[in-house]
Amino acid sequence: MKFIVSHSPHIQKKETIQKIMWSVSFSLIPAGIAGILFFGYHALLIIFLGTFTAVFTEAFIQILTRQKITIKDGSAFLTGLLLAYNLPPSVPFWIPIVGSFFSIALGKQIFGGLGQNIVNPALLGRVFLLASWPKYMTTFVKPNFNLFNFFKFDAITAPTPLSLLKEAKPIGVTYLDLFLGNRGGCIGEVCIIALLLGALYLLIKKYIYLYIPLTYIGTVGIFTYIFGPSGFFKGDWLFHILSGGLILGAFFMATDYVTSPLTTKGQIIFGIGCGIITSVIRLWGGYPEGVSYAILIMNLSTPLIDRYTKSKIFGK
Amino acid sequence: MKNKFKEFLKGLIKENPTFVLMLGLCPTLAISTTIKNGLGMGVATTFVLIGSNAMINLIRKIVPDKIRIPCFIVVIASFVTIVELIMKAYVPILDRALGIYIPLIVVNCIVLARAEAFASKETFLNSILDGLGMGCGFTLALLLISTIRETLGMGTFFDYKIKGFEPIFLLSLPSGALLIIGLLLGFFNFLKEKKG
Repeated sequence: MKFIVSHSPHIQKKETIQKIMWSVSFSLIPAGIAGILFFGYHALLIIFLGTFTAVFTEAFIQILTRQKITIKDGSAFLTGLLLAYNLPPSVPFWIPIVGSFFSIALGKQIFGGLGQNIVNPALLGRVFLLASWPKYMTTFVKPNFNLFNFFKFDAITAPTPLSLLKEAKPIGVTYLDLFLGNRGGCIGEVCIIALLLGALYLLIKKYIYLYIPLTYIGTVGIFTYIFGPSGFFKGDWLFHILSGGLILGAFFMATDYVTSPLTTKGQIIFGIGCGIITSVIRLWGGYPEGVSYAILIMNLSTPLIDRYTKSKIFGK
Repeated sequence: MKNKFKEFLKGLIKENPTFVLMLGLCPTLAISTTIKNGLGMGVATTFVLIGSNAMINLIRKIVPDKIRIPCFIVVIASFVTIVELIMKAYVPILDRALGIYIPLIVVNCIVLARAEAFASKETFLNSILDGLGMGCGFTLALLLISTIRETLGMGTFFDYKIKGFEPIFLLSLPSGALLIIGLLLGFFNFLKEKKG
């Protein structure tokens, strides 16, 4: 008889990091296609530059530090993709390059690579770009849905619905527009239905669970409903859920394995915390949108949440 | 003579106050936005360091041990007042730019640490040399950080505009200072490790 002595975990799945990362990237394709259709080839180039620089930076640093090159696992690709999705379609081409480099070099590799980063690298890159070049990062263009005019890029600037709300101007966008993505915004965040399609795929595959997205979106909905601009319990909650980067953030970035809590209880706390911070920034803060800051702040408090939501040892 | 030179030299690299001793980081973070500010702060601190080191070395034998810290602070504060008044009279623009951080040299850790750890124990000449070396080391560190932050963060070099460059605004914010200092610290530690 042969006994095998090995480390836990003993129950093994067929899932690998590589498989999960590429599946998440795959699930983001519909949102990307929608963004490209709305904003033209410019958006496609931004996505390409963002992902390419991310992968290149990862390989470059790993060669430099004589580590094993892990660009095949797709995590750098995913970071670059998410960063590009979080950029306005009108940014100059060096913005995704600088942002991806910052994300991978200072958001991930400096901490020791995959699994060691304290915050979501893509969001860190976005916040870096937002703080450094606010001029480019807050200029949005009007979507121009046209299958035949793919190469026509007309830059009619249009504010996002949330910034219109902040300035108390008429918004002029219906819920259907918001749902389909016919509004000013970042490349990957506009088309809600495409994002939900991707999220559904991940949920069916059980790569993500609903705890964080549901509590996150729910908290934003309830909070903005209670503290409406025209009095208590009169807020436009549906508008807040559908606008900005909430859906993209809640399903694809708050659920990042490395930077979100491990237990169900912890994930619920995480989601509610994200929701409260997002709503507070949107309603009373200086910025029109707060999803990236909310997720980053909760990323930083993840070790604390994990410490207080340790699951009980069975039998104790 | 060689020994004396060593006392001066150690403050520059081997015991650099900012990157090795990690002292006086508060003014370093706050005023290293432009090269001019960095240079002004460095020179002011150097002056205070030399003066206080010399004075404290002279009075070290008559100061009772239990109240030495308050005595040191009084000496340091007098030199800071001298610097502050001189700056107000001759370089008012720099004084306004540095603001509260000039009076705050009184509580700068470098000055008190050198007084406590060095000047109250060593000889007079060594104390002066130590103050000079530490001051120069601090100035060099400030110059390095502020050069990076001004050129990259504001797109200027000694107030000359660099053409065709979009400054990384984040670096001139406080978070940028932390980022730059962290990266430089990592870089220097890397060099040290490689060397020995």
